[in-house]
Amino acid sequence: MTPSENSNNESNMEKKMQTTTPSSLASVAGNREQRVPGTNLLGTGLETRGVHAWFGTKHVLSDVSLDFAAGTVTALIGPSGCGKSTFLRTLNRMHEFIPTAALAGEVLLDGQDIYAAGTDVTKIRLRVGMVFQKPNPFPSMTIGENVLSGLKLAQLKKSNTDDLLESCLVRAGLWSEVKDRLGEHGGALSGGQQQRLCIARSLAVEPQVLLMDEPCSALDPGSTFRIEETISELAKSMTIVIVTHNMQQAARVSDYTAFFLSDGGPGIMVETAPTSKIFSSPMDKRTEDYVTGRFG
Amino acid sequence: MTTQVIPKPSKPWEVTVKQRAATGSLIALAVVLAGVSVKFSGLNGKLGFAVSFFFIATGLIFIQQLRLRDLQAAKDALLSSFAMLGIVLTLIPIVSIVSTVVIKGYKGIHPSLLFKDMALNSVNDPITEGGLLHALVGTSIMVFGALIISFPIGVLTALYLTEIRGKLARPIKFLVQAMSGVPSIVAGLFILSSLVYPVTKELSGLMGSFALSILMIPTIARTAEEMLRLIPSDLREAGVALGATQWRTVSGVVLPAAKSGLVTAIILGVARIIGETAPLLLVSGGGDALNMNPTSGAMGSLPYYIWKSFLTGGTEEAFARAWGGMLVLLAFIFILFGLARFLSGRKVG
Repeated sequence: MTPSENSNNESNMEKKMQTTTPSSLASVAGNREQRVPGTNLLGTGLETRGVHAWFGTKHVLSDVSLDFAAGTVTALIGPSGCGKSTFLRTLNRMHEFIPTAALAGEVLLDGQDIYAAGTDVTKIRLRVGMVFQKPNPFPSMTIGENVLSGLKLAQLKKSNTDDLLESCLVRAGLWSEVKDRLGEHGGALSGGQQQRLCIARSLAVEPQVLLMDEPCSALDPGSTFRIEETISELAKSMTIVIVTHNMQQAARVSDYTAFFLSDGGPGIMVETAPTSKIFSSPMDKRTEDYVTGRFG
Repeated sequence: MTTQVIPKPSKPWEVTVKQRAATGSLIALAVVLAGVSVKFSGLNGKLGFAVSFFFIATGLIFIQQLRLRDLQAAKDALLSSFAMLGIVLTLIPIVSIVSTVVIKGYKGIHPSLLFKDMALNSVNDPITEGGLLHALVGTSIMVFGALIISFPIGVLTALYLTEIRGKLARPIKFLVQAMSGVPSIVAGLFILSSLVYPVTKELSGLMGSFALSILMIPTIARTAEEMLRLIPSDLREAGVALGATQWRTVSGVVLPAAKSGLVTAIILGVARIIGETAPLLLVSGGGDALNMNPTSGAMGSLPYYIWKSFLTGGTEEAFARAWGGMLVLLAFIFILFGLARFLSGRKVG
């Protein structure tokens, strides 16, 4: 999807929104300022070309081609078991962490296939960070050590770690709550704080893309709100892909939405469009049924 | 106008005094009946009394529950009775061993024991003569040596089974399990025939450490494996997703998270070997003089000190010495375990 196509889509969307009755979700998405790709120096983003995925002989994801323009937030939505988390994990090569996993297709980061022979997988994961569904701070480390753990684990040299620690926690929206207790263990924090700690931890290695796998599904509404604020803040400086079951959340935080579906066979990507279009006038009947709550 | 009446806090789920009295009287009845049954039947002695008391008390409580409530409750009470029996059967030997060792052993303890060896004394000498310094030092050196050999091997084996999960994981797991059944005398004979006779041609503490390692490695490997499996794979994924290699993830995230579990592995490993006598008799001999050099010469140990005092003496003093040695060994184990728990619990949690 090129920027010019995007702007066409947006103007079409605006026309349609005037003629059709916008659903409440679409108005949520439409009220927010749309981030326009290509207005920053974040590289050319992430693209996938015909990605298929298998676990053993089970084909779980079929032919997904998606663009994630630099500096945008893309939400992946769809019912459980449709392959969206699997797809997310192909984007930083965490897919291969599962022993039976297999893959076909290309994932291009700044135009380079991350699955190309000779690619250093650890370097890819440094550039494409990940936040998991369940908060998973390292139990043996303090809050401060958790944030900086990426530097230690990936053996990166940083001169001023105090500044980095503060800036990561500030960007993750956690600084004011933990600045006086950096020496405590991460387990002493609430679930929402732990998740923001995990976000801060993934920011410390300065990734250009951040993948979030249902980051709020284990959290209460207050913590969810804080994390969504964090996501909006982070989107100014990185590309974000978020898997969510919560359509309000997709409408609130994302610029683009991709709808995934499985009809019992491998999951496919049904439709992708600017978020307000997905929620107001989706092209596909199945998308419309899903976002209006008729199934899933 | 009504004033609000605050009810008195109560615990309606608790057993009432009346119920307690009823159960207590049933137990008392069981004691009487057990006494009667011992008197008028073939059962006799403390064991006969205990067995008949257990079955009579269990039966009475079963009938009580059946009358008061129903069959389900009665079955529940029956299970509780058997659980109590299990606890008692477990505690009897432990309490008995510890109390016997303390009661008999304190006569064999004298402060000077800790500073002298048996180089110039016989086990039949009074307790104030000679000591077990050589045995304490020998046990410490050999156990520590075995730990230094076994811990890395055991943990690396566990890491192969849990983290690398290679093709050989299954056969290796089977081998480790089989190895934990190796009799200690076989471990001693193996070191004797493979290292002592062909290579060193001399008994030494180091050979003792090698023999003990054979017994210790499977215990450490199996315990460490269980402990590493308890670490959620979320943490491994988080480490890898931060751009760490597998080795950095294991050393920086998985092992620190499993720290207290690894201490448990050490404790169980040490517990497995600290009382071993047979392999040490074969490969480190029985030293009576203090020997600080593990690479040369016979080295004493606490189990050997106990064994020798019991079998070669025969006097009151020798028996007291043996019991004293046991008390020192028990105290030594308690101190080691307490220290390990303290060190592992201090930083984490």
